[in-house]
Amino acid sequence: MNKVFALLTFYSAVLVSMPAFSASNLVYCSEGSPESFNPQITLSGTARNATAPTLYNRLLDFEPGTTKLVPSLAKRWEISPDNRSYTFELRDDVSFHSTAYFTPSRKMNADDVLFSFNRQLDKEHPYHMVGGGTYQYFQGMGMDKLITKVEKLGDHRVRIELSQPEAPFLSNLAMPFMSILSSEYSEQLQRENRKADIDMLPVGTGPFKFRRYQKGTSIRYKANEAYWQGQPAIGNLVFSITPDPSVRYMKLKKGECDLVVYPSPSDIAQIKSQSGMVLAEEDGLNIGYLAMNTEKPPFDNVQVRRAIAHALNKQAYINAVYLGNAELAINPYPPSMWSHNDEVAQYEYNPEKARKLLQKAGYSDGFKVTLWTLPVSRPYNPNGRKMGEMMQQDLAKIGVEVELVSYDWGTYLDKVKRGEHDMVQLGWAGDNGDPDNFLYTLFSCDSVQRGSNNSRYCQPEFESLIKRARRESDLATREQLYREALRVFSEDVPVIPIAHSKVFRALSSRVEGYVMDPFDVDNFFPLSVSSNRQQ
Amino acid sequence: MLRTIGLRRLLEVATTLLGVSLLAFFLIRVAPGDPVLLLIGERGSDPEQYREMAAHLGLEQPLIAQYLQFVANALQGNLGVSVVSQQSVIEELLARWPATIELGVSALLIACVLGIPAGVIAAVYRNSVADFLIMTVSIFGYSIPVFWWGLVLILCFSIGLDITPVAGRIDILYDIAPITGFMLVDTLAPQVVQEYGFSAFGSALAHLALPALTMATIPLAVFARTTRSSMLEVLSEDYVRTARAKGLSEFWVIWRHAFRNALIPIITVGGVLFVTTVITGAILTETIFAWPGVGRYIVNSVYARDYPVIQASILLIGIFVVLVNGLIECVYRAINPAVGRDSAN
Repeated sequence: MNKVFALLTFYSAVLVSMPAFSASNLVYCSEGSPESFNPQITLSGTARNATAPTLYNRLLDFEPGTTKLVPSLAKRWEISPDNRSYTFELRDDVSFHSTAYFTPSRKMNADDVLFSFNRQLDKEHPYHMVGGGTYQYFQGMGMDKLITKVEKLGDHRVRIELSQPEAPFLSNLAMPFMSILSSEYSEQLQRENRKADIDMLPVGTGPFKFRRYQKGTSIRYKANEAYWQGQPAIGNLVFSITPDPSVRYMKLKKGECDLVVYPSPSDIAQIKSQSGMVLAEEDGLNIGYLAMNTEKPPFDNVQVRRAIAHALNKQAYINAVYLGNAELAINPYPPSMWSHNDEVAQYEYNPEKARKLLQKAGYSDGFKVTLWTLPVSRPYNPNGRKMGEMMQQDLAKIGVEVELVSYDWGTYLDKVKRGEHDMVQLGWAGDNGDPDNFLYTLFSCDSVQRGSNNSRYCQPEFESLIKRARRESDLATREQLYREALRVFSEDVPVIPIAHSKVFRALSSRVEGYVMDPFDVDNFFPLSVSSNRQQ
Repeated sequence: MLRTIGLRRLLEVATTLLGVSLLAFFLIRVAPGDPVLLLIGERGSDPEQYREMAAHLGLEQPLIAQYLQFVANALQGNLGVSVVSQQSVIEELLARWPATIELGVSALLIACVLGIPAGVIAAVYRNSVADFLIMTVSIFGYSIPVFWWGLVLILCFSIGLDITPVAGRIDILYDIAPITGFMLVDTLAPQVVQEYGFSAFGSALAHLALPALTMATIPLAVFARTTRSSMLEVLSEDYVRTARAKGLSEFWVIWRHAFRNALIPIITVGGVLFVTTVITGAILTETIFAWPGVGRYIVNSVYARDYPVIQASILLIGIFVVLVNGLIECVYRAINPAVGRDSAN
């Protein structure tokens, strides 16, 4: 018994004697391990959060919390009259991180911009094949075909030439994959024959410096005291990797985390009522939709598509599937984005009207189809199966017999890309705040082959409108074109927009200055912590 | 004679591993899903980009060629590069393996220390209240869903009583550089002790308590039940009666004569449990407790169809099973030399 007592005493003694940690530490409970520390070669949100807002800057950045572009590493820029040439003037006071593995000898300059662009653009570049040679965002956004030349005009002047005018180009430059890496560091690694380290031992210009990554456990950053926007208030930033959302919430409750990513929807109400905790929420820049394969009967008939749109009780899905944490969708992108148009054909829940439309289309006896339900929880649709069951019931009311089908995620995407589906649940989260990022990616003729146009919608009038808007530089004209495109889209209803789901973060009330971001990125630079962490 | 046995064993191991490598390689490729598409997600890719990515991952080669390449590389200790992270698979796995072993060994230790004596007590006091209680609790323990149990323990000990941390391997603010990868060992490194005293070790121990207890629940129940039935069988043997007749104390009869002979089935079960606890138990427990081990890593890799990681993990698990079996056999021989003689004849 005495031994047990002695052990307990020892145990409590070591726990009590924990060192006091500085008040400027912030622990961020993230959901997974980043696959790399270079946003140029990653696609996941996990890796994006661990790199873009912490370690790097871009020529332009989005103002935190908005989709507005602001100068960042580029002080200013000029666009040629033909909209095909962009000249950037760079800041001359930006330093790269000085770390245990690299000490910069010069400030950031045009060479770094050239290195960062050319690694992705030029297949002969010494770093192109490092990390696999595929730059999914760069290629996915069409930058490899768009940019023809990146030219150094002076130490702090760079010109980028495009093959054609493209309005969203500047927004693309603010995306994580356009982060600026150090050319000097790349030369050092090349000399030391450790080129691959560039993606795992990062050097950037951002507010935090990389210290250590323990696989599956934690990522440690230290404040960049020489940050060009000023020293961050957070001295040590630690990502504590915690995959289970309920456990993340419990860690926050116990003071083991200060900021929690993606709390579980079932914990939201509790977080709101808990003292010492704050729930941050924002309408996500996303869309969850039901796509109908317009290449296949009966969905090649617009009347049928409209009938389906009237038959679905979207508000009921929002209540049951999103637990009320979403906004009913009218357009394929949310109202927070410019050019959103609510003066378009809207399909209110009306089974009677739906039945009549089906009769008009020659399907008075209804028909049988398959509906593919999402096999995984996505930010834009947390429970595809449940939504599918509700849709099945709604459609049964108008005589449409629905068989629910699902595959594992990889197979699902593969079969959708091949166009094997009748109706399929999918969605999208915006990358750059430009309507083009939704309309071109999801509904252009080019995207049918790419596998991102799931309704396989290719309509000449709509196509011409979004292509014109893409090349137009005047914002007012672009807005007019997109509003018109949305009108055509709503008449044709190739997909039924269901909901824009909200995005949540839970944070300790000692965290100050937190701003939710429409791109689902956490900006740590403006944060501060008010008192010491609970031990 | 010994050399013949050694060679025979080696041949057996090689055949087993070859079988495992074949299964590991082809099974996951028979399953639907394409790693390239999973990487790209909703974004889609044009055919040229898709071909480039598939070619880079070596997926455009015929399956047989891919398999031969895999075996040739594996023989040189190269298990390939992860599709998702582009990092060496062996490095990724080695970084996570110690966490899993540390948790598995602790869980098994708890299960042994509590389960075996419980089983002995249940056998000795057969049909008593103690026996009934131990067996009821062990049935409960055996059928408990691990995921639920883990969360209940967290709610109870971390949130309710506030005596254990919620999850992770150590308080996140201790910055411990991995040396062996075993947190209990690394926190005792001189430089760590110098910086934090023994509080880092205490934190690691406190973090280990709940996941180890969660993981120990099922093996504990199995140990208790196996020990009980094995002891009951031995206790009815003639030599136990003889020992008692000789006037030996009951303690001596139970622990020296009965228990030692009841050990063989317990060790067999222990070996099997070690493998299943470490591998299967790890998957759920690691997810709940944010434990950075191989279990969670393998599951994520299966979801992402990260072929190189999956086949390397299965191969390593195969080697692990073979090693554990070898170890069990050595222990058998130590306890009962007749086992060695039997296999030699």
